[in-house]
Amino acid sequence: MALEAKNVSFRYGSNKTWVLENKSLSLERGECLVILAPSGYGKTTLAMLLAGYLKPERGEILLDGRPLPMSGVCPVQLIFQHPEKALNPRWRMRRVLEESGAIQEDMMDEFGIERAWLDRFPRELSGGEMQRFCIARALMSGAEFIICDEISTMLDTISQAQIWELVLREAAKRDIGILAITHNRFLAGRIADRIIDLSADRG
Amino acid sequence: MEQNKNTILEIHDLSISFRMYDSRFEQTELKVISDLYLSVSPGEIVAVAGASGSGKSLLASAVLGLLPANASLSGHIHYKGQELTPELQKNLRGGGIALVPQSVEFLDPLMKVRSQTGGRDKAKTAERTRVFKRLGLPDDTENLYPFELSGGMARRVLVSTAMLSSAELIIADEPTPGMSLEQSLQALTMFRELAREGRAIILITHDIDLAFEFADRVAVFYAGTTVETAPASDFKQGPRALRHPYSKALWEALPQNSFRPIPGSQPYPGDLPKGCLFAPRCPMRTAECMEHVPPVRQIRGGEVRCFYGS
Repeated sequence: MALEAKNVSFRYGSNKTWVLENKSLSLERGECLVILAPSGYGKTTLAMLLAGYLKPERGEILLDGRPLPMSGVCPVQLIFQHPEKALNPRWRMRRVLEESGAIQEDMMDEFGIERAWLDRFPRELSGGEMQRFCIARALMSGAEFIICDEISTMLDTISQAQIWELVLREAAKRDIGILAITHNRFLAGRIADRIIDLSADRG
Repeated sequence: MEQNKNTILEIHDLSISFRMYDSRFEQTELKVISDLYLSVSPGEIVAVAGASGSGKSLLASAVLGLLPANASLSGHIHYKGQELTPELQKNLRGGGIALVPQSVEFLDPLMKVRSQTGGRDKAKTAERTRVFKRLGLPDDTENLYPFELSGGMARRVLVSTAMLSSAELIIADEPTPGMSLEQSLQALTMFRELAREGRAIILITHDIDLAFEFADRVAVFYAGTTVETAPASDFKQGPRALRHPYSKALWEALPQNSFRPIPGSQPYPGDLPKGCLFAPRCPMRTAECMEHVPPVRQIRGGEVRCFYGS
């Protein structure tokens, strides 16, 4: 059961070509599924569908057999490739975190967030530091599944390894299912329980 | 310092600060680049790797004279042995120096791809068709507006602008993310061909495993300074051939190596350590590292800014 895409098709406009056609996949809690594919194969579209940002034209997205809830915080949270575009530039980081619940002291250490960062604006942090906030925000909201769309592509190797160590550890602790999108095969091999290669079933 | 006539670009002791105002409207200086050095010669590809926020893109802006008005710059940048002045920069932009910008938002959203890659001119069109084909862009790409391109396609259009220019120095800022491995390799192969024609290329990248394969030398930046420059072959060999503990840590953290990160994060420009910028995270630090900035030393055909690099 868990999170499921059932015969999903999607296109941007009714006279355009299908971006995704009749795609199905399912993801269990506590599992890390990696989707590998080059650009233009509809990976990001799939991520947006699973997290409820887009509605499929045909087929359905199901969480434990039911459609995603229409109100409240979505239990499927999407973490984006560019954290600077996912944060309000005029909010201090404290406010960003408070949006998904009260800040708990012990969580700061778990997410590797230093106290001094809470009073800064996004532009005063590096990409890796901003991405930690995005992950903390998603997990603190009570997410049951997280979709990671190329979350470490723009980071240096040390930040990348730190971010994945953090995501895998915290997700395991909370029994969260992870769907990770990447084009880096070596990274996929490190983090995945299961890999789906989208390029294999099309041209 | 003596200028090497054979380099296209030579940077010494470059520092950049931003004047900022704090919440009480008091002026503060934020030092984002400190004592940076870098050089590149005709026919050479120098890869610039390092932490996000270590000043890699800022360096590109400094060379092109695109820094905002609140930036102050000290140190030396020489272009073909000549001090790079704002007038010279103005002449070189779009001529002698080409930039492949990091963000795909640099494409003009209201202009079709054709107009941004040479226009309707016959010779330009033939050249563009050839370059697009090699980059794997579909035939009708030139008729599209930027919003109709996928991320990887937009990136390839940006790369094509450098291929179509006659610049002697090309600064490519993260040209490959969003591209598949095959497309990245193709783009890098084309950069190598440009280098063979005698052009100099600075390749700013996080895909360091690709950089090791394609570059001649690699410069590693950390917190706005150059910590090491070394032949790319040293990076292929691994940590034993490297000189600086940060370069070794970058190599180790690759998924195909140990994937183990060192703890901590890069210092904030407003709160830089007094001595070596890497000292707070360095496994080898001593009291001296915390007090003094290490000088640049020549070791085994590379340069390292560390008291203990070997």
